[in-house]
Amino acid sequence: MSTNDPYAGERLKLSPFYPRASVLNIREAWSAWNGYKFAEYYYDAEYEYFCVRNQCATYDICPMQKYLVKGRDAEAMLNRMVTRDITKLKLNRVTYVVWCTDEGRLVDDGTIFKLASDEFMLTCGSSCIAWLRMSTYGFDEVNVFDVTDDIAALSFQGPTSCAVLKEMGLEGIEQAKPFDILRFPFHGDTLMVSRTGFTGDLGYELWISPGLALELWDELYSAGEDYGIQPFGEAATNMARLEAGFIMPDMEFNEALKTVHFEHDQTPFELNLGWLVDFSKPHFNGRRALLEEKKRGPKYTLTRLDIEGNKPAEGSYLYGDRNCKKKEIGYVTSAMWSPAVKANIALAMIRTDCLQGEIWAEIYYEKELRHYQKVARCTVKDKPFWSPPRARATPPPDY
Amino acid sequence: MSDYDSIIIGAGHNGLVCAAYLARAGQKVLLLESAEAPGGLAANREFHPGFKTSVAHVVNHFSDRIASDLKLARYGFEGSSNVTLVTGLGREGRHVTVDGHSVTGVEQGDAEAYRRFAAQMRRFADALKPFWLKTIPRAAPGKWSDMSTFARIGLKLRLLGKDDMREFMRVAALPARDLVDENFDSELLKAVLCWDGLIGSKMAPRSPNNAVLPMLYRTAQGQSGTPGSLIEALQASARAAGVEIRTGTTVDRILVNPGQDGLVAEGVILAGGEHIHASRVVSSADPKTTFIGLAGIDNLEIQFTNRIRRLRCDGFVAKLHLALNGLPEFTGLDRLNGRLLIAPTMNDIEFAFDHAKYGEYPPEPVMEIVIPSLQDASLAPQEKHVLSAHVMYVPYRPKGGWNKQAKAALYERIIERLSGYAPGIRDQIIHAELLTPAELERDYRVSGGHWHHAEFALDQMLMMRPTYEAAQYSTPLPGLYLCGAGCHPGGDLTGAPGHNAAREILR
Repeated sequence: MSTNDPYAGERLKLSPFYPRASVLNIREAWSAWNGYKFAEYYYDAEYEYFCVRNQCATYDICPMQKYLVKGRDAEAMLNRMVTRDITKLKLNRVTYVVWCTDEGRLVDDGTIFKLASDEFMLTCGSSCIAWLRMSTYGFDEVNVFDVTDDIAALSFQGPTSCAVLKEMGLEGIEQAKPFDILRFPFHGDTLMVSRTGFTGDLGYELWISPGLALELWDELYSAGEDYGIQPFGEAATNMARLEAGFIMPDMEFNEALKTVHFEHDQTPFELNLGWLVDFSKPHFNGRRALLEEKKRGPKYTLTRLDIEGNKPAEGSYLYGDRNCKKKEIGYVTSAMWSPAVKANIALAMIRTDCLQGEIWAEIYYEKELRHYQKVARCTVKDKPFWSPPRARATPPPDY
Repeated sequence: MSDYDSIIIGAGHNGLVCAAYLARAGQKVLLLESAEAPGGLAANREFHPGFKTSVAHVVNHFSDRIASDLKLARYGFEGSSNVTLVTGLGREGRHVTVDGHSVTGVEQGDAEAYRRFAAQMRRFADALKPFWLKTIPRAAPGKWSDMSTFARIGLKLRLLGKDDMREFMRVAALPARDLVDENFDSELLKAVLCWDGLIGSKMAPRSPNNAVLPMLYRTAQGQSGTPGSLIEALQASARAAGVEIRTGTTVDRILVNPGQDGLVAEGVILAGGEHIHASRVVSSADPKTTFIGLAGIDNLEIQFTNRIRRLRCDGFVAKLHLALNGLPEFTGLDRLNGRLLIAPTMNDIEFAFDHAKYGEYPPEPVMEIVIPSLQDASLAPQEKHVLSAHVMYVPYRPKGGWNKQAKAALYERIIERLSGYAPGIRDQIIHAELLTPAELERDYRVSGGHWHHAEFALDQMLMMRPTYEAAQYSTPLPGLYLCGAGCHPGGDLTGAPGHNAAREILR
């Protein structure tokens, strides 16, 4: 970009992987995430989705926010902020966390990496530096650094992912258990690999200094050539995470600090994330409010639905009767026809007191410019739609 | 297992009031004070051998109800319902004196205007008075009983009559200057009338955000007297009720333990390491000290802590104590009773503030002077006197920080200013003590050295004082209560926060 560009400060930033990713973005399908130019898809969303489910694929997570939390009080500060007990997190392990306002409403979700006894990395979908600064106030020895631009990160997901990393020479990678962190020498630097991801399948996330991003990409793609490696974008990610039952901001939840209307945000219990709330901890932000809600029961519960037929129930209202005559009992937050599960699936916010009864979705769909409406029966699913044993197996099956 | 029903941190006047009420209701109460004697900012302290005074130097609207409940007259507080005189010192001895009903030293027009003005302000003050002793409910969908307090405020104002109510609504949030400019011609009178809306705060006559409510707060009829006798009486009343007072005892932190539903305040840990258990802890320390210093942020919620963090509590008043070898002579003034103001015009006040706003101390400070030894002869040796002055506006954090030179330069300016009205005073000084807001903070353990613990302004008033979730004397930490000036209604020697906190605790 020339220096006299009047919009220089407004242009989207380019990921360190951009030189390679842009070549493969045949459709020029770019959108934006946290100020980065970011692929919605590269060639075809469904094709990329099938690569994730059947082969392996990379997802550029450079725009994801990354913070280093360092210092003697880092653990105490994070432990007060999030609902899980971080003191139980072992060195070189990762954990999924949520954090809430004083009123127990979800601010955001993310992962915490324990890199040393006094050093943690927190990742999340949107900027939370202001919240982190608020959370550090009063602790003597803790510093927060935004390292989003200092680390290049690539999510590498799919059944053949482990085989590719082995092929690449990452010795012992197959011994990594889910949520483990491993480190490998890489061109005089260190490649950090965590067995984490957002697809509900076998997968890893690769963390490297930006200067070695292209070397990483090239070696990975070279090793993955025979394993069907392909980049995937936001669209395929969204399909995979819905099958895995993972929540998305602006879909399943509103970040509480950005929500205007009273209680248009959510609590962990409403999002069916009660298992992340550890009341054996004497204190964490929102504890009192969450304890009250736990006793009272959440007003809504995020529920997995299997819906009859094949018409995605996007944006549908849900009713307790087939005629949709009574008051609605909830709404669908995400929906799709799942090719892997071969089912019409959805996540929905449903009034907790209506979960036991019948659930009907009022689905509107379009066929060649004509609009149609149908009412489909919904069945509540307790388990994630997609959760293959290989996602948890150590070592994972080889290919 | 509790040793006490309540432990109260800080034996300032609010701590004493709260302790006395709780003990009278049958509680076993321990009152802890870091200083060697109770009283806080109102405690008499020897600043030079034989010379004593207190930082807070007047009592002029202590609550009648509290005085009578705690039988303070029996314990030696001879409160009078007379308003303390305020005299604005004029150049060449042309002074203006107000007594709450009439004014002397001004033209006929201003004198008549003042009678009308004072009567109306008294009507407003009377309408508001009951609410200084009430808990202001949460401004949230709540109980009907809560709403009734709001309804009563509305009714009180409506009962003022249409004209008064409209006038009240119009002036309630006016800058002090606009209010007095509308009514008077005399510059000196206007400056005098502004004063009670401004003193102790980070506001000058032109400042928006509320000078009128503090004026009305201070106009509320109550008891006047000396801080020394008030503290003595409160102490005696508290002891008589069974309060155990331990002075020279510093609380290091509040003892917080996990309870069934989360953390609970269960006592205190003293600086020496001793644990004392109680069913509840009541803090009359300022909110910042209480929550951040004593309770500990890791026991509190993130957003709440940050609201406490940004409480505005930088003090802007320095305190001057002079030991004098005789009664000072002010040009053209026969009697030195009441409060004497050196603030000739509203511009003088405003300009003094302008300097402080930018971290400088003013070339010509404005001040309120009292000669406490006139009312209480025990404060100085015979024939000798004490002069006490609140000097405004002196920043808590001046540019370059406080040091010896800065203090010496400020002192020189104050004495120069004082000499303009009491020409011989320099030669009468035996000893002088000047306390900056930073020193008040250090010596009296009050954040920012702020009189009111937290700025007394609309954003930190009523159900926002000190912040929501701690504005009804209880706090987000069960077992911990507030009873100091950082709570509704606020600072000054009124006893109201201590009284209100005790009522909430006993509810």
